[in-house]
Amino acid sequence: MAQQQEYEKYYVPESSIWPIVGAVALFLIAVGAANFTVEMTKGKEGYGGYILTLGIVTLIVMVTGWFKNQIDESMAGLYSAQLGRSYRQGMAWFIFSEVMFFAAFFGALFYARMIAIPWLGGASNNAMTNEVLWPSFEAMWPLVQTPGGTETTPMGWFGLPLVNTLILLVSSVTLHYAHVGLEQNKRKQLTWMLGVTILLGVIFLGLQVEEYIYAYTELGLTLDSGIYGNTFFLLTGFHGMHVTLGTIILIVLFFRVLKGHFTPDEHFAFQAGSWYWHFVDVVWVMLFIFVYIL
Amino acid sequence: MSTATDTLEHDAHHDDHHHGPAKGIKRWLFTTNHKDIGTLYLWFSFIMFLTGGAMAMVIRAELFQPGLQIVDPNFFNQMTTVHGLIMVFGAVMPAFTGLANWLIPMMIGAPDMALPRMNNWSFWILPFAFAILISSLFLPGGGPAFGWTFYAPLSTTYSTDSTALFVFSVHIMGISSIMGAINVVVTIWNMRAPGMTWMKMPMFVWTWLITAFLLIAVMPVLAGVVTMVLTDKYFGTSFFDAAGGGDPVMFQHIFWFFGHPEVYIMILPAFGIISHIIPTFARKPLFGYASMVYATASIALLSFIVWAHHMFTTGMPVAAEMFFMFATMLISVPTGVKVFNWVATMWRGSMTFEVPMLFAIAFVVLFTIGGLSGLMLAITPVDFQYHDTYFVVAHFHYVLVSGAVFSIMAAAYYWLPKWTGVMFDTTLAKWHFWCSLISVNLLFFPMHFVGLAGMPRRIPDYALQFADFNQWISVGGFAFGLSQLIFLALLIKACRHKGEPVSDQVWDGAEGLEWEIPSPAPYHTFDTPPVVK
Repeated sequence: MAQQQEYEKYYVPESSIWPIVGAVALFLIAVGAANFTVEMTKGKEGYGGYILTLGIVTLIVMVTGWFKNQIDESMAGLYSAQLGRSYRQGMAWFIFSEVMFFAAFFGALFYARMIAIPWLGGASNNAMTNEVLWPSFEAMWPLVQTPGGTETTPMGWFGLPLVNTLILLVSSVTLHYAHVGLEQNKRKQLTWMLGVTILLGVIFLGLQVEEYIYAYTELGLTLDSGIYGNTFFLLTGFHGMHVTLGTIILIVLFFRVLKGHFTPDEHFAFQAGSWYWHFVDVVWVMLFIFVYIL
Repeated sequence: MSTATDTLEHDAHHDDHHHGPAKGIKRWLFTTNHKDIGTLYLWFSFIMFLTGGAMAMVIRAELFQPGLQIVDPNFFNQMTTVHGLIMVFGAVMPAFTGLANWLIPMMIGAPDMALPRMNNWSFWILPFAFAILISSLFLPGGGPAFGWTFYAPLSTTYSTDSTALFVFSVHIMGISSIMGAINVVVTIWNMRAPGMTWMKMPMFVWTWLITAFLLIAVMPVLAGVVTMVLTDKYFGTSFFDAAGGGDPVMFQHIFWFFGHPEVYIMILPAFGIISHIIPTFARKPLFGYASMVYATASIALLSFIVWAHHMFTTGMPVAAEMFFMFATMLISVPTGVKVFNWVATMWRGSMTFEVPMLFAIAFVVLFTIGGLSGLMLAITPVDFQYHDTYFVVAHFHYVLVSGAVFSIMAAAYYWLPKWTGVMFDTTLAKWHFWCSLISVNLLFFPMHFVGLAGMPRRIPDYALQFADFNQWISVGGFAFGLSQLIFLALLIKACRHKGEPVSDQVWDGAEGLEWEIPSPAPYHTFDTPPVVK
C-alpha cells in the first residue's frame, strides 16, 4: 500500500517551454560551432562566433529557467521519493555515458601506443611498412619524434601534474565532508567544505592553464605535435572542461546552500553535483597514470 | 501527508495535471506527454524515411543503367552518405524511440516517462539536427560524401567544409539519443507498477531496456570519434594520420566499436515487437520467454566484442581475425534461439493473418535471410571476397529494411488502433503489405547475386554484365518507394480517426496492460498504477 501511494504522487510536470528553447540553443551551438571552426582555421569571415555565442547564451537561459522550475517544484514539496530515484538513476546513467566518452579517447591512446606506433616502427609483420614509408622512424612512447618528423618534448609527471593530482584528490575528500556535513545537518561544515572544494577546483584549473602555457612555450608540446600531443591535449582538455562544468555546478550548489536549500534527506542536486565531481576526479587519476606517468 | 502535498501542488500549479492536451501548435512544442512525444517521434521518423527513401531513388535511378547519366559521382556519393545517415539516425532509431515513448509507460503501468521534460528535449533536437545535415547538401562543394561510416581520411583529408556541420549535427543527434535512452532506462527501472517484476515485463520493454543500455554505452564513443575527425581536419591532430603516429585503421576500430552495438540498437526493439505480435495472432503465449530475455542480453554483450568483423580486409593480425570471426558466429546462437522461439510460438497455434501478423511473419523469414548472409560475411576468408560488394548491401538491407523497418510497420499496424481508437483501412494495409513484400525482395535479393559476382558498393557506375540485375533492382526500388505512399495515405486516414471504432482489446489474443485501457488511449493513463498479478 505504501508503495502504491508513492506511485500516486509521481509528479508529471505541465508542458514546459524550456526543452524547445534547449533544442534551439543546441541548434545554434551546432551551426555556430561548425561555422566558427571553419572560419577560425581557414581565416574566413563569417558569423559563426556570434551564432555560437547566441547559442551558449540561449542554453544558459534555458538551464537557468529549467532549473529554477525544478527548484521551485522541489521546494514546494511536489517531489516524491520515487521521483528522487528517477533523478539519481538518470544522473548515474549520464555519468556512465561520460565515462564512455572518455573511454573513446583512452582507447585512441592505448591503440596508438600499443599498436599503431609499434607497427609504424616495423613490429608484428610490418617490417616493410617501416622500411618503405619511414625508414628512419623508431617506435617509442612518448612519441617525441613522429614518422613525419615533428619533434616535441614529453610532459613529466612530477611537479605541476603531481600537485594538481593532490589538489583534486583533496577536493574529493573535502566535498565528501561537505556531504557528511549536509547529512548530519552541520551547515557550517557543509558551507566551508563546499567552499574549499570550489577553491581547489579553481586552483586546479589555474594550474592547468599554466601547464598548457608551459607545454606550448617551453616544451614545444602542442595540439598538432603528433599523437602524443593529440591525446595529451584532448584528454586533459576534455577533463578540464568537465572540471570547469563541475566547478560551476558546485558554485550554484554553494549559493543554494547559503539560501538554506537542501535537507539531510532531500538533496538530489547536491548529490548529483558531488557524484559528478568524484567522477571527474577518477578520470583525472586515470589520466595521471596513463597520460603522465606510464 | 497526502492532503499536505495536494495543497502544495495546488499552490504551485493552479491547473492540475489531469486536463487534456493544450490547443494548437503549443501542444506539440511544449508537451511533456509521452503519447504526444511518441507521436512526434513516429511522424518525424516517417518523414525522414520518405526523405532518405527519395535519396535512395536517386541512387537507383543512376544505377538503372551502366555509365553515368543522371547525377555526377560526387552527388551520388552525397546521396549514399546522407541516405544512410538519415535512415539510421533519422528513420529507424527515432521510430523505435517513438514506439518506446508510446508503449513503455502503458505496458508497465506508469503515468508517463520518468523524465518528461527531458523527453521533449530529446525529441526536438532531432528536427534541428537533420535540418543541419540536409541543408549541408546545398553548400558549395556539397554535403558529406564519405559514406555514412565517414572513414578517415575520406572525412578528414578529402572532405569539404560541410564536414564541420556534419560533425556537430551528429553531436546533437547523439545528445538526443543518450537523453532518450536514459529516459527509457530510468522509466523501466523505476516506474514499473507494483507486481511488474523483471521477469513479468513484456518483451518490448525488455528489449528496449537492453537497447537503451547499448545506446548510453556507445553513442558517446561516436561523439568521441567525430570529435577526432573534427580535430584531425581542422586543428592539426593526427589521430588518423600515420605521419603523426596515428592510424586510419584506428578510426575504423573506434567507429565500429560504436557501429556494431548500433546495429543491434536497430534490431533488438524489433525482436521485442515481433515477440508481442506473434503470440497474439497465434493465440499462444510466447514460447521460451526467459530464453528470449537471456538471448537478448547475450546478443547485447556479444555486440561489444565483434566490431572488427567490419574490418577483416584492413590487415589485422590473423589471431585478431580469428577471434572476431568466432565471436561473430557466436551471435547466431542467441539469434537462432529467438527465431526458434517465434516459430515454436506459431507451431500449432490458432493462427490468423491480420496485417501486423503478415508483417511479423515476413520479418521472421526475411530477417533470417539477412542473418544467414551475415553468417556468411562473418567467415573471414570469404569476407575477403564479399567485402565492399553489393552482397554486403543486400545483407544489411535485409536485416534493416525487411527486418527493422518491417517490424516498425508491424508495430504501427498492431498498436495504431489502440492509439487512434479506430481500425485502420485493412484493404489499403494489405495492399501496402503485399506491394512492400514483393518489391523489397525484388529490390534486395538480386543484390546478393551482383555482389557475389563482384559489383562494388558505393560506385555510381558498374560493369555491363550487371545491367539486367540492376534494372530489376531499380524497378524493385521504385516499387518499394511507391508502396510506402499507400502507408502514408493509410496513416493520414487513421490519424483523422476515419474507420470502425475498436474495442479495448482490439485484437482477439492481445495480452498486456496496454490492451486493458480504453481505445483510443486517454491522454493520461495509469495516474494510479494498476496492480499486476
